[in-house]
Amino acid sequence: MSNWFKRIKEGITTSTKDKKETPEGLWYKCPTCKTIIPSEDHAANLFVCVNCNHHHKIGSKEYFKIIFDNGAFHEINAQLKAADPLNFTDTKKYTIRLDESIKKTELNDALRTAYGKVHGNDLMVACMDFSFIGGSMGSVVGEKISRAITYCIEHQMPLLIISKSGGARMMEAAFSLMQMAKTSVKLSLLAQEKIPFISLLTDPTTGGVTASFAMLGDLNIAEPNALIGFAGPRVVKETIGKDLPKGFQTSEFVLEHGFLDKIVSRKDLKQTLGNLLQMFKN
Amino acid sequence: MATVLDFEKPIAELLEQKEKVEQVASKSGVDVSKTIKDLDEKIKAARKNIYEHLTPWQKVMVSRHPDRPYAISYINAVSDNTWIELHGDRTVKDDKAMVGGFGSLDGRTVMFIGQQKGTNTKTRQYRNFGMPNPEGYRKALRLMKLAEKFNKPIVTFIDTPGAYPGLEAEERGQGEAIARNLIEMAQLRVPVICVVIGEGASGGALGIGIGDKVLMLENTWYSVISPESCSSILWRSWDFKEKAAEALKLTASDMYANKLVDGIINEPLGGAHTNPAEAHKIVKHEIKKHLDKLDALSPEQRIEKRIKKFCAMGVVKE
Repeated sequence: MSNWFKRIKEGITTSTKDKKETPEGLWYKCPTCKTIIPSEDHAANLFVCVNCNHHHKIGSKEYFKIIFDNGAFHEINAQLKAADPLNFTDTKKYTIRLDESIKKTELNDALRTAYGKVHGNDLMVACMDFSFIGGSMGSVVGEKISRAITYCIEHQMPLLIISKSGGARMMEAAFSLMQMAKTSVKLSLLAQEKIPFISLLTDPTTGGVTASFAMLGDLNIAEPNALIGFAGPRVVKETIGKDLPKGFQTSEFVLEHGFLDKIVSRKDLKQTLGNLLQMFKN
Repeated sequence: MATVLDFEKPIAELLEQKEKVEQVASKSGVDVSKTIKDLDEKIKAARKNIYEHLTPWQKVMVSRHPDRPYAISYINAVSDNTWIELHGDRTVKDDKAMVGGFGSLDGRTVMFIGQQKGTNTKTRQYRNFGMPNPEGYRKALRLMKLAEKFNKPIVTFIDTPGAYPGLEAEERGQGEAIARNLIEMAQLRVPVICVVIGEGASGGALGIGIGDKVLMLENTWYSVISPESCSSILWRSWDFKEKAAEALKLTASDMYANKLVDGIINEPLGGAHTNPAEAHKIVKHEIKKHLDKLDALSPEQRIEKRIKKFCAMGVVKE
């Protein structure tokens, strides 16, 4: 009987470092409904949960692939990088923050501009990258949008801006603030040329981006259930001292209050854009 | 009793001394003119010394000084009390944090618009602490369009701790309201002069800030965020507001050096709050001067210059 309690076999001898882990990134777990699916399938579904339609945040690389015919495009002004005009330091130097972000994201700043075809229609796309300092708008974002608009005017090409941003970049302070002015006054020139501008608001679009180009589209469209607002939900909650109503500042809420033309699922995005561009053209 | 900021104490003490001397003199009939003169000199010297060396944070405090003249005070003074206030955005309501209307600037009709703060607890609430809702920006835009229609120049007075971050403000599209003003102001055919008279906090200030000339009073600030909020976000604590104020380069002189505003308007020695009448006079003079210059340009020239100016803002590496 006492043999039962004797350890006959050796215990697990594999050291922790030799243990075989499931390689990272093989599976995707939806943060909303917790459904787990292979990452490959998730990517094939344009990073949208098959179960609950949760739109996972994606960047310019993915949007360009989704939108442009055969994923083919010409990027412009890719070389632009942020300077540090104010020699800004908070808990970290801004220049160090920039270097780290560039290394981590393999992006030069929080927005890329590229043109190509969408169902055969020319389109300039300016797409924000949230992974780069929260998609914050500094001088580079403003300058790239401004130059993209110049290109659109020269080539009579419609413009799509995909917003995904926490707002203005604090480390460039008033320079960032003035990018709201810069992008908006420049859009007034595009409007005078009667060139269509479509604004796509994705999760999240807040602050100075909402209060400038993101809300100025001839058409404002949004992905489902994106956070869209001027003040962030935490600030609004502190202001009113009450819990926020369910669904506050979602795309659906903003549509209901009259500030969006349409909510478009990512899988319908390209087709919708193609149709709209045709409508403007014909 | 006037509000005294910490660093103004030496001045306040001298003022108090002067008052006492005057009291004694009026009771006893003794000639104190020499003492008064000496004290006046000292007061002037103290003001000069203190105000020439204000830190950015101290300037932020001056910009919020409760005795500073607010928008309506400037408007009434500049228009010699001819201002006719006009109300409402024609959609939702009349925003009390944003005021506007026609007034006569030495015989010439001008549309005056501004963010208005209150002067005591009751009026501060009534004015929502100078924080407009979307209807405020839409009212401002309506009045600007009205001015454009009848070819009247526009002068805006900026003084806000920010656009109101409330629930209804979000429902009614605070972001859209500000954005709309930015794009519409770019194409206004009449001259537009914007003067920061106190606080220029972020998009809330910019919403009436797209002008041919954007001027800042000497002791005001203009930036993307208040130093307090900046401290709380970047330093994760409220204790770094002085540091944040410095880092943001938000003073009139910094903003001018960075070519983000077109000019600085000097304040009376010791700040606009020590001599509002003088501040009014200086501001009126500046507005007239710039209006005359802008009149010389055609609407097309003004719009082109305005757009070019804002498009040149920003620093990037190629």
